[in-house]
Amino acid sequence: MIAANLEVLSFPILTLLVVMPVIGSVVVALLGSSRPEWIKLAALISSVSTAALSLWLLAAFKSGEAGFQFVSQHLWISQWGISWHLGVDGISLFLIVLTGILFPLVIVGIDPHHNETSYFAWMLLLQAGVMGSFLSLDLFLFFVMFEIVLVPMYFLIGGWGYDQRVYAATKFFLYTMAGSAFMLVGIIATVALAQRDLGVVTFDLVKIAEGAKFSTNAARWLFLSFAIAFAVKVPLFPFHTWLPDAHTQAPTGGSVILAGVLLKMGTYGFLRFGVYLFPQAAMWARPAIFTLAVIGIIYGAIAATMQHDLKRLVAYSSVAHLGFIVLGTFALSSQAVTGAVMQMVNHGVSTGALFLLVGMIYERRHTREISELRGIQHVAPIFAGVFTVVMLSSVGLPGLNGFVGEFLILIGSFGPARWWTVVATVGVILAALYLLWAYQRVFHGEPDEANSTFKEITVREGLLMSVFVAIIVVSGIYPKPILDRIEPSVAALIEHVEGQTK
Amino acid sequence: MNDQISEFAGPTIDWFSVSPLLVLLFGALLLLLVGSLTPQWRRGWYGLVSAVTASAAIVLSIFLWRDISSSGPKLLVGGALALDHFAVLASIAICAAVLLVSLVTSDYLAGEKSDMPEIYALYLTAAIGGVVMVAANDLIVLFLGLETLSLSLYLLAASNRKRAESQEAGLKYFILGGFASAFFLYGVALTYGATGTTRLVDINLALNSYITVPRNDTLLLVGVGLMLVGFGFKVSLVPFQAWTPDVYQGSPTPVTAFMASAGKVAALVALVRVFVTAFPSRADDWGPAIFVLSALTLIVGSVVAVVQTDVKRMLAYSSISHAGFILVGLEASSHRSSPDVGDGLTAIAVYVVLYAALVVGTFSVVTVVAQSSTDGATSLDAFKGIGKSNPVLALALTVLLLAQAGVPLTSGFVAKFGVVQAAVSVGSYKLAVIAMICAVIAAFVYLRIMVSMWLSDATNPVSVKVPLFSTIAIAIAVSVTLVIGVLPSLLLDLTSNLTQLASK
Repeated sequence: MIAANLEVLSFPILTLLVVMPVIGSVVVALLGSSRPEWIKLAALISSVSTAALSLWLLAAFKSGEAGFQFVSQHLWISQWGISWHLGVDGISLFLIVLTGILFPLVIVGIDPHHNETSYFAWMLLLQAGVMGSFLSLDLFLFFVMFEIVLVPMYFLIGGWGYDQRVYAATKFFLYTMAGSAFMLVGIIATVALAQRDLGVVTFDLVKIAEGAKFSTNAARWLFLSFAIAFAVKVPLFPFHTWLPDAHTQAPTGGSVILAGVLLKMGTYGFLRFGVYLFPQAAMWARPAIFTLAVIGIIYGAIAATMQHDLKRLVAYSSVAHLGFIVLGTFALSSQAVTGAVMQMVNHGVSTGALFLLVGMIYERRHTREISELRGIQHVAPIFAGVFTVVMLSSVGLPGLNGFVGEFLILIGSFGPARWWTVVATVGVILAALYLLWAYQRVFHGEPDEANSTFKEITVREGLLMSVFVAIIVVSGIYPKPILDRIEPSVAALIEHVEGQTK
Repeated sequence: MNDQISEFAGPTIDWFSVSPLLVLLFGALLLLLVGSLTPQWRRGWYGLVSAVTASAAIVLSIFLWRDISSSGPKLLVGGALALDHFAVLASIAICAAVLLVSLVTSDYLAGEKSDMPEIYALYLTAAIGGVVMVAANDLIVLFLGLETLSLSLYLLAASNRKRAESQEAGLKYFILGGFASAFFLYGVALTYGATGTTRLVDINLALNSYITVPRNDTLLLVGVGLMLVGFGFKVSLVPFQAWTPDVYQGSPTPVTAFMASAGKVAALVALVRVFVTAFPSRADDWGPAIFVLSALTLIVGSVVAVVQTDVKRMLAYSSISHAGFILVGLEASSHRSSPDVGDGLTAIAVYVVLYAALVVGTFSVVTVVAQSSTDGATSLDAFKGIGKSNPVLALALTVLLLAQAGVPLTSGFVAKFGVVQAAVSVGSYKLAVIAMICAVIAAFVYLRIMVSMWLSDATNPVSVKVPLFSTIAIAIAVSVTLVIGVLPSLLLDLTSNLTQLASK
């Protein structure tokens, strides 16, 4: 800890990861009226430097260590025991890298069509909020970041989305805020109760998790208050209804970010805060959460099968995929949790890529109705090929990244949650069904008149997609370096849980 | 006869400690006397005099603050007024509201082409009433302050002689306000009957002294209840809120800003002081009442706000729900025995200060927008397209609205966090959850205004011009909102030893 602190004194990389996008956002907003041609460049420089920082973090991260690295802690609101406390471990590392990489890709790859200034400014603010959520080790700071994310996302959906955008944006905002309302009360209560054990008022996650002993009853209530916020964010059935609307109405960039990293704030929150702070209560709530997760898997898959709108289909597939992640998270075995963390990243990559591809289809055809699309494979074979790879990753084909995570989750969950896992496995088959069926309808067959002019993938789109495909293939074939970094932290967490629940 | 008169000794008055009041009084008299004896002053000068007076009162209050920090709180004028951090902070909030509202009013009246000194004089007399209320340690003195404030507000509400709505608002406010005062006064009388004194500190002593005797509290509790009803009208708690939306909508917008900020702060702080100082021994009795009022106020305020289509009415209901939030803090302090009323009081003080800045800023923007629209309308439609025509103004209002919704990194979040923390730390989870849920419902209201500004296209776009003084007022409000939002320590440092109320 002390060594890490000293290192940070020389270069506060985690703080920079949060601050860099904010600076970028401010610069973009200020450039706005005077130098419109520099806006995109400024946004790009900011996001690429953030990406570079996150990759540097990945390189400098000591694999095999379980604790928090690069910890940065400064007092913020001394009266309330709140500090600017950031740290990274194996659980958050890849989510941070994903956040770092995904934003520049979205910024360079997708044009907002209008109001560039505010679009990029909101985008960068969003990145800062997401980064902050994944890095925070202080309950208050986490809540601030978790909430602040809503504002840019609200404006991105509302300002650049499709027909029902205002409705979808408002629903998104209110649902998530309602969840967080409970969490705020829970956080304050956690701190108030922990104060009796710790003797000081502190929002420090590590101190509370390691030092406080909550009574069984209190811990359950507190866990529930956190769980509601995260269940809405994930989203877990039956809190998911905002997601199809938000995803479908959001602009492509917004959907990619929403699926890629925003939903992970929920699953990550479960792991980092729910399970870490209240292991006993998490164990107690397991059956209910397993059930909801499995319902989500099956329900998401069936709903996805029934969709006419390609984007809505992908949105519902997210509900199913996140069910797997929650199942793995709460199985609380080393394999399952490692798989869940891995799957958080995988889902971000593959679903993000799917949304990009659907966005490209919409750009060309101005429709996302599956019935309007036909035979695209014939006119755009490369596009179809890329779509195939991404889709198969989402299905969980061995050799691609989706398989690794899903497999680990199922293996690890089988012990602690046998019958739930059995049912969940059906979801794997259903995933193959709805995606392949959709693929068949959209890409196979003879193109009709409207589809025969479907443009092949452009160089810019190709370069963009190649990043995703590379991640999908490489981490699918050789996931070891990733797992090596995730596993020690997961093992430590499991040990903490087992120590507390004995 | 003569002997008796010679025996009467007036209380010693520490003139410096009441200097903010004197300055406000001087400013009001200056405006009224000189203003009526001289020809029309140049544009903006009346407002400036008022603003300078308020600033002087703020500066003097800061000196008083430092005095209290070094020598502790004390009672003034023979125990009629209390001089403590709580009172001084509330006075500063009230004077700051006068300052900002004067700036906005100056532009508003210039736009209406009827700049006149009375309005500012009334702001200052209202502020005198408010400052007396927040410092009153005697129910009679409190009543005097309340009436001074209320009478000024009735006139202010009706001050736009060209619009019938303004007249209606004034009359409505006057009649219902009169009722409220009667309730309050009757409550004071019964309390006096039960305790034999009207001094808050002495009431507490009297109630504590016969604690062991089998007690018959009927008279006292009826008195306290009636006072609560009177306060309920003044701070528009549900079910005493019916006048608020009409009066807020009908009054000239700067006046609405003043009522919602200074008026409300004064009444709320006085309410809190009375209950915390005089009746801590009966907290078990009034705590549940505050709980119910707080929950009702929060729920009705936020739910009914949702269905409004006029921005001023929306903000009226939102101000009702803010009052509910402040009562959450009071309910929290009812769980602790005096004098350690703890976090609740601090949270309330922080809330009222931040709320005052917030609400003045919000209504200032509404004033500016309404004046630019053709018929002075404040419907949601009037806000359409501002995001395109005046993005800076729209951004300012967005920040203020997000703060009202309690989004982090704004002052509104700090305020709400404080009261919820106070509630949770005494185990009042139910009220904390109700408050947070209502904050979410209220957020929908603010989102609707934001949607109008940013995401809807104007039917007949008008460019909103923001005059200089209004710009300054809005800029100050937004800066307070953001600076305290990011660095709450600045304010929390000040309020750290606020719970020491003056008692001797």
